[in-house]
Amino acid sequence: MLSTDTDILAAAESWRHDGRAVALATVIETWGSAPRPVGSHLVVDAEGNFLGSVSGGCVEGAVITEAITVIEDGAPRVLEFGVADETAWQAGLSCGGRIRVFVERVD
Amino acid sequence: MRADLLAGLNAERAARRAAILVTDIADGAQRLVREAEIAADPLAAVLGRHLAAGKSGLVEADGRTLFLTVQVPPVRLVVVGAVHISQALAPMAAGLDLALTVIDPRTAFATPERFPGVELVAEWPDAALGGRVPPLDRYCALAALTHDPKIDDPALEAALAAECFYVGALGSRKTHAARVARLAEAGFSPEQIGRIRAPIGLAIGAVSPAEIALSVLAEIVATLRRAPRPEVA
Repeated sequence: MLSTDTDILAAAESWRHDGRAVALATVIETWGSAPRPVGSHLVVDAEGNFLGSVSGGCVEGAVITEAITVIEDGAPRVLEFGVADETAWQAGLSCGGRIRVFVERVD
Repeated sequence: MRADLLAGLNAERAARRAAILVTDIADGAQRLVREAEIAADPLAAVLGRHLAAGKSGLVEADGRTLFLTVQVPPVRLVVVGAVHISQALAPMAAGLDLALTVIDPRTAFATPERFPGVELVAEWPDAALGGRVPPLDRYCALAALTHDPKIDDPALEAALAAECFYVGALGSRKTHAARVARLAEAGFSPEQIGRIRAPIGLAIGAVSPAEIALSVLAEIVATLRRAPRPEVA
């Protein structure tokens, strides 16, 4: 079963090797009761297939949408999610925590 | 992320070597710092701290915000001796996320009934290590608990040669003095032999097998988290 963050990096390499366009999302900062620790990874391809998690399900949809944009334009970006940002991102952490996620394309 | 950096990070993990990926989150610029390269790196101090803690995280350096993806091999604990202390130690090691292997060639001791759910190898340590048990490395702790030099010594020799981050041996000071003489005779340097923790375990006045197991595990955690990493050869 692919579950650990290191498996996710191996999957990212394998997907890229297979010729798929790939983006990697990484939790870089958390405040409060964030569901996934700093360093957690999510790998996404251009079709929206993904593996891993950055929040245990709360904001994955938004991260995947942004990741597909990153795959298209190649510009890395930092996303922030939390209760306070609901209006900005239309996704939030019901647990009340906040997280920042770095999304980059694997070139 | 460049595909070659990702491949490099994955290769280091497969080889059970630590590595840190340094990412400038403003522009995505990245570099991979392998364990052997950390000491000479401009960020050596902060990289060393993150490596010792085994934690990824953000750092500020020269006005830039960097994310450190810290990759440290999972720590393995090899215990030689399927003895009473080891039975008490096994569930505690699981709680600490230490991957435990117990080796003891004495089949009366090394039984699944005595060690339910534990990876147990009923072979001599020198046959088991590098055979059914992966070779020892710097991210391994070895505790020799049989009291029997025929079983403990080959394991201790393998642990010193592999530069295990923790090497401990059960036995009195008198027993250890005899052990030191044997290891010196076998060609180990005083510095190498001096790395053996004996008497084993933190001095907490442990009496029962469970208390001794606790003192051994506490000493392993202290060595892993507090001490600076040994220089990479």
